[in-house]
Amino acid sequence: MNSQVNVTPTTKRPLLRLETVLILIGVAALALAPFYFYPIFLMKVLCFALFACAFNLLLGYTGILSFGHAAFFGGAAYFTAHAVKEWGLPPELGILVGVAGAAFLGLIIGFLAIRRQGIYSTMITLALSQMFFFFCLQAPFTHGEDGIQNVPRGHLLGFIDLQEPLYMYFFVLSVFLAGMLLIWRVINSPYGMILRSIRENENRAISLGYSVSRYKLGAFVMSAALAGLAGGLKALVFQFATLTDVSWQMSGEVVLMTLLGGIGTLVGPIFGAALVTSLGNYFATSELPVTLVTGIIFMVCVLVFRRGMIGELYASRLGKKLERRAED
Amino acid sequence: MTTIFDVPIQAFLGQLLIGLINGSFYAMLSLGLAIIFGMLKIINFAHGAQYMIGAFAGYLLLATLGIGYWPALILAPIIVGLCSAVIERLALSRLYNLDHLYSLLFTFGLALALEGAFRYFYGSSGQPYAVPKELAGGYNLGFMFLPKYRAWVVLASLVICIASWLLIEKTKLGAYLRAATENPTLVRTFGINVPLLLTFTYGMGAALAGLAGMLAAPIYQVSPLMGSNLIIVVFAVVVVGGMGSILGAIITGYMLGILEGLTKVFYPEASNIVIFVIMAIMLLVRPAGLMGRDA
Repeated sequence: MNSQVNVTPTTKRPLLRLETVLILIGVAALALAPFYFYPIFLMKVLCFALFACAFNLLLGYTGILSFGHAAFFGGAAYFTAHAVKEWGLPPELGILVGVAGAAFLGLIIGFLAIRRQGIYSTMITLALSQMFFFFCLQAPFTHGEDGIQNVPRGHLLGFIDLQEPLYMYFFVLSVFLAGMLLIWRVINSPYGMILRSIRENENRAISLGYSVSRYKLGAFVMSAALAGLAGGLKALVFQFATLTDVSWQMSGEVVLMTLLGGIGTLVGPIFGAALVTSLGNYFATSELPVTLVTGIIFMVCVLVFRRGMIGELYASRLGKKLERRAED
Repeated sequence: MTTIFDVPIQAFLGQLLIGLINGSFYAMLSLGLAIIFGMLKIINFAHGAQYMIGAFAGYLLLATLGIGYWPALILAPIIVGLCSAVIERLALSRLYNLDHLYSLLFTFGLALALEGAFRYFYGSSGQPYAVPKELAGGYNLGFMFLPKYRAWVVLASLVICIASWLLIEKTKLGAYLRAATENPTLVRTFGINVPLLLTFTYGMGAALAGLAGMLAAPIYQVSPLMGSNLIIVVFAVVVVGGMGSILGAIITGYMLGILEGLTKVFYPEASNIVIFVIMAIMLLVRPAGLMGRDA
């Protein structure tokens, strides 16, 4: 953690202490949650939260809007499901296969997407992920419309039976926390600072001598790999990998989660993911199509709530006060 | 039987025609996207939804008011254009000063909401729309059968594309539009109402989508989902043609449509992805696109 001293102002230190307390409370709440809520639902939220945070690493900290993250999420779900079911790999290796596959996809899509900037690259990610969707529709290993069903959860490290919901939950929770730790470490490293400088002013970053495309590609691959981690987990949780997870609607959903929670905030996407997942569950049983609801939330959010939940909190009087106290 | 590259000539020409029809729609839709993008610098994600509403407007005009195909061909685009202009005025215009990604996200939300609303009221299944009786039947060309309506669609889309191109390149209004694209502030100092011009442009781009939807109604079924899958292909077309280039959008639209049709003949498995593959190759070779200006 020595490198952090160079880039983070020392006045931020007390704030970090406050954040540590909040994080501990959050982790404790997550550890107790499965005793009060339906574990499958919680695991779904955690998977999407990790997915949204991975996406936010790219949008919030590098300034690249990808509209193709479903390819990494859903792609990894397919790879993991296939590795576990057909090759008989243990779950931890299966997830690793998913992550590697997603990172590879991220390398290809990212390489092409960063050849243009801003909204151009957004359209390219969308088109390429749609291409991947059609590939998944036709490739034999994905089983087309049926998807890969009855994926065994297996035994973690050979002795922890993940068929047990509580074990599975704590496995998902630890992977989620490890992913979050990695993201936190990246965005607070010198590397993360360079990414932010690209977001703020790409030309200036270039003139400072940073090879911007290499940093952008690095962020893209990392974001894709983490999205893949979330996707692989989801395939194990639901024992199922389908076309829904690679569709462009899924790419849109993760954008919404991040926007609702707060673009460029570390924990915002977690809350966004929880909200969107709960809404999806709620409206799944009602007459109203989910797309109508999410579409309206999207529009309202863009018009009047651009900072998102956590972003608004930071900008509010309470957030300012906390920050001031931290600086004293 | 006559064959070309071991493929029966009927199948070959049949797919060529389908490709040409698809290409006509790609061209019309990417034209509208290019007009909107060139002027407003926003990517209109709702373009597919506006196309779908054009088709639904025609269907509803017939079902509720008994208004037939020809009047609907005029009315449906006007309805779509006006509604879109209102949305631009009320919502989109507030987002111009922000990062472009917000307008993209807004139109994405709009597309989702419209699609969801139509699905709520009309269900996901398609509604048939009869070919107008003047255009029923077809010509027997000896080597293949050409339905009249399909010939009409190709012809109409060509006329629409050329007319739009002329409007923007050769008229005074087009000159204003182009000038406002280059430097809106300067154009405003000349006393031209640029915000109104923006609203008009968005409305016109959306009306083009509506017109394309109306033309598509008798060919494809009128369904809430008809636009959402098409729009991503059209995005790829726009990237290949060069963002904001109107001529590039038109030419690429036809070209890729035909190419897609031919792929269906020779290698059907790849027909869904051929356009995306071409986009990827184009990005490697010439990132600005076929007719794009900036590198």
